[in-house]
Amino acid sequence: MTLSTPFSSKVSYSFSWVGMVGLAIIVFWAVIALAAPHIIPYPIGEIVDEDYFGPMSSKLLLGSDYLGRDMLSRLMMGARYTVGISLAAVCIACFTGTALGMAAAVIGGWFDTILSRFLDALNSIPSKLSGLVVAAAIGSSINVLIVMLAVIYTPGAYRFARALAVNVNTMDYITVARTRGESILYIIFSEILPNIIGPLLADFGIRFVFITLLLSGLSFLGLGVQPPYADWGALVHENISGLPFGAPAVIVPSLAIASLTISVNLLIDNLPKKIRDRSA
Amino acid sequence: MRTFVLNLIAHRLLIAGLTLLIVSFAVFFATAMLPGDTASILLGQAATPEAVAGLRAAMHLDEPAVFRFFRWLAGLARGDLGTSYVNNVAVADLIGGRFVNTMRLAGITTLIAVPVALTLGITSAMFRGSIYDRIVTILTIGVISVPEFMIATSAVLVFSVYLKWLPALSFANEVTSFWQVLKVYAMPVITLAFVVSAQMIRMTRAAVIDTINTPYLEAALLKGASRPRAVLYHALPNAVGPIANAIALSLSYLVGGVIIVETIFNYPGVAKLMVDGVSTRDLPLIQSCAIIFCIGYLALITLADIVAILANPRLR
Amino acid sequence: MENLVEIRGLKVEATTDSGRRLDIIKGVDLDIAPGEIVALIGESGSGKTTIALTLMGYTRTGCRISGGSIHVAGKDMVTLSERQRAMIRGREISYVPQSAAAAFNPTKRIIDQVVEVTHIHKLLPPAEARQKAISLFKALSLPNPEQIGDRYPHQVSGGQLQRLAAAMALISDPKLVIFDEPTTALDVTTQIEVLRAFKSVMKKSGIAGVYVSHDLAVVAQIADRILVLRNGEVQEVGSTETILNDAKHPYTRELLSAFEPKPRGDQLDLAAEAKPLLEINALTAGYGPLQEDGLPLVRAVQEASITVQKGRNLGIIGESGCGKSTLARSIAGILPASSGKLTLDGRQLAPSARQRSREQLRELQIVFQHADTSLNPAKSIEDILGRPLTFYHGMKGSQRSTRIDQLLDMVQLPKALRSRTPAELSGGQKQRVNFARALAAEPKIILCDEITSALDTVVAAAVIDLLKELQRELALSYIFISHDLSVVEAICDEIVVMYHGKKVEQITPAISKIPQHPYSQLLFSSVPKLDPNWLDSLERDPELVKAYAHA
Repeated sequence: MTLSTPFSSKVSYSFSWVGMVGLAIIVFWAVIALAAPHIIPYPIGEIVDEDYFGPMSSKLLLGSDYLGRDMLSRLMMGARYTVGISLAAVCIACFTGTALGMAAAVIGGWFDTILSRFLDALNSIPSKLSGLVVAAAIGSSINVLIVMLAVIYTPGAYRFARALAVNVNTMDYITVARTRGESILYIIFSEILPNIIGPLLADFGIRFVFITLLLSGLSFLGLGVQPPYADWGALVHENISGLPFGAPAVIVPSLAIASLTISVNLLIDNLPKKIRDRSA
Repeated sequence: MRTFVLNLIAHRLLIAGLTLLIVSFAVFFATAMLPGDTASILLGQAATPEAVAGLRAAMHLDEPAVFRFFRWLAGLARGDLGTSYVNNVAVADLIGGRFVNTMRLAGITTLIAVPVALTLGITSAMFRGSIYDRIVTILTIGVISVPEFMIATSAVLVFSVYLKWLPALSFANEVTSFWQVLKVYAMPVITLAFVVSAQMIRMTRAAVIDTINTPYLEAALLKGASRPRAVLYHALPNAVGPIANAIALSLSYLVGGVIIVETIFNYPGVAKLMVDGVSTRDLPLIQSCAIIFCIGYLALITLADIVAILANPRLR
Repeated sequence: MENLVEIRGLKVEATTDSGRRLDIIKGVDLDIAPGEIVALIGESGSGKTTIALTLMGYTRTGCRISGGSIHVAGKDMVTLSERQRAMIRGREISYVPQSAAAAFNPTKRIIDQVVEVTHIHKLLPPAEARQKAISLFKALSLPNPEQIGDRYPHQVSGGQLQRLAAAMALISDPKLVIFDEPTTALDVTTQIEVLRAFKSVMKKSGIAGVYVSHDLAVVAQIADRILVLRNGEVQEVGSTETILNDAKHPYTRELLSAFEPKPRGDQLDLAAEAKPLLEINALTAGYGPLQEDGLPLVRAVQEASITVQKGRNLGIIGESGCGKSTLARSIAGILPASSGKLTLDGRQLAPSARQRSREQLRELQIVFQHADTSLNPAKSIEDILGRPLTFYHGMKGSQRSTRIDQLLDMVQLPKALRSRTPAELSGGQKQRVNFARALAAEPKIILCDEITSALDTVVAAAVIDLLKELQRELALSYIFISHDLSVVEAICDEIVVMYHGKKVEQITPAISKIPQHPYSQLLFSSVPKLDPNWLDSLERDPELVKAYAHA
């Protein structure tokens, strides 16, 4: 006999401290990204240090880059590109993927088969490879980057949402709604969506991490965000020659990426079970 | 039963073939969307209209894109990968030796990563919740959450900047002794192995835990079996399919990793060739490299599915 | 004589998802003499399985023994180390699970799993272990005892697997065997063979047993003593005779009276002219690709013709796989019938629900077995009941709100439940809401698919009473689908027996209670009775059993 506790569902949304730390770091970078133009100590293009790859000092908190520009200012402005582009792309990817996935699960039949085959095929192109091909063919303006990242990660979002919706779709309450004569839109939005919204939000976070990593990787190869703009990956790219001296200009942007992506993962892993596994 | 399994496998191979077709279609059209006219870009601004028209005809650029796609596909099937735009060399010749280099890098990484990852993944599932398990979990999340180039740069910082054991960011071409081989391959392989095994550990652990949470495992414990016996004798045979899947899916991270690692360590492989091709917009080269990587990736995924089919006792 | 088992003041604590701790076993005492079979009986959540497992020093994830002592053959399982417990598990105490199908490892041959105990505890050399397993297979009257062990678990039937699991438990000659609802997942005709096999082996070998079950009639056949549990506490202990005939505790009496439902109260007025409400004519339905004759490959229902009269109830009874649920699904239009005709109140119904008009859908409602999956967990009870009111009757605002209160009242639920979600309701409450939703449509006929099967006996009896009462008030008709004869007899005027996709027979209990067809006879005679001598005195024609029971 399984143990059932019918009245235990009104649990407090208690958070572990690990999740709180994750959330705090995410909020920190979001604030930096929003406020960057107003709080950077030096203009990002200005050469403020006679030496290049200068060390950390009270004047330049994070040292200087390969041209002698202030790293702190460049890092803060970089947050705008890394966070902004990733966020825009993940919103498009998750919205499109989820909408298509739920529709495929509910409509079924040929619509589902063809869409799934096609998107699964796209999913079997390694993401970095798609990035390289598109960068070569179309170039990498910021708009192209956003659309490209969104397209690359839509099949994954589709597959995830479809799997969740297929599970819910087998439930008797969906059959009840169908035999009541409800429309497909009602079934999708009123019966299915509320039951899978928790896992979908968690997936949103994980996909944000994937996109941030891919964007950083492409920028690191010099194929992502192009000068005069620079995201964190591009900062590592332009300062890579400082690596043999262990210059902060190479290390700090990497740490910034890691702090953001690890925080998102920690937050998701420590979300209250109720939000994360609502469909279970 | 036998024919049923063979049918399943044939079906899986058919899907792989279909997928490859869709993928090559996507790769071709992504590159064919190039804004501006390829011929005039290639010839530069000083070219005469006649020269541009001549080149267009020679490259079949005036034909509809679908025709060019099938012409290209037929070429691929014959092993004709086209000619590089940049230096007029057959793409097949450019790729040739570098393909072997990339395979060697991937092979060595696999040989190291798979045993290590399986051991860590299975043992951490066996001692789920222990301090050992938590440390493994935290480390794998850490490695998965950071970009590959960060692992590579960290390896350089540790092994060449601080410890000064290995050369930084350069690939010596004249390799004579065993020690040199070791030095040359150490850093790329360490980086790739980290990237690949983190994924593999996580997925293996999840697969084994799934089979641990089953009534037949509880039944084994209630027969008096020790925990290691229950996991190794009862859970593992059921986890073969999911673990094979985990290995193949994680190895597919090699593709992404190889691109970064070959670039950062200046390793003469196909990925480095492709990244260089992107900066010069050498489309035939990029298309060929992309298809090679896609085939590798698809082969791994299909192999995993077939292993999973063969490992299912209900189909035996 | 010294007791084999002595449990004193046993307490088990569980940690909920939210981290709260609560006692699920609240101080239980239990004694078992050598060779005695004691039954633990109670509804779901009463803690019967938890207690049985503690005898092996085992608790499931999230639970732990928080107090008391469990002496088995002189050793206290509570204080032993995990290693010492493992030495006892399987050798001195063994376990027969509820679902042998899940408890056998799908990748290993059955024989290897049966003899594994002798290997773990180094009891017998492999060849001898195999011989012993085969002799146990014989004793448990399994077919082909020499070869059956070489198969994989998915290659034998459920009834056989359950007996093979018993062989696995008995091979080490344990002092105590725990049977955890070992026949609950089986059909009644199969259950008898398995019960008989268990009983004869246990009596012959003199092994003590703990038999966990919710079914008093089954327990009455095999147990010497019965322990009645509720909410982790012992309500009453006594010999089987005493509990059945002279129960003291009110809860035990409630269990006993729920077991024998009151007969259909209002006598069928046979004089009244019967008007057909739903006519099912030569309906065939199934799954798989269509064949040349336009019928599906697997025909779960074949040429079934059934008529339901206005204001009367029809029961459909049969064992798993007989096609009764498929029939319900094709009547409701969920699985469109591939041939045949459906007529509701004189108008023909399209095979698929999609092609039926909203009015037709409203008139025929279906209620499913599992209230858990029938109610959307993300919605409040108010929204669940309100939707059909708005959808079919266009109700809004206070009119709708009043009607929701009325519906809750009709199914005897407090109005305060309106704002709750299904997860906050008990199983019986959920099934009432499930039924109220069908009532909200104001249908002419309600299809009830095993709606009491997932409920505890006492709760199920109350739901049946409610259904009878509502029918009198609302002039409804039910089609009642069940594998449980007593439930169907309690509520239906006519009973259709199905076997292998076909309608075998239609019985009107009010006219003659005796079924004519051999399968119906076998089925009706297989339902356990509260009489401890029932199993021993039951005589069944072996040819009939061979032909119809899938043991």
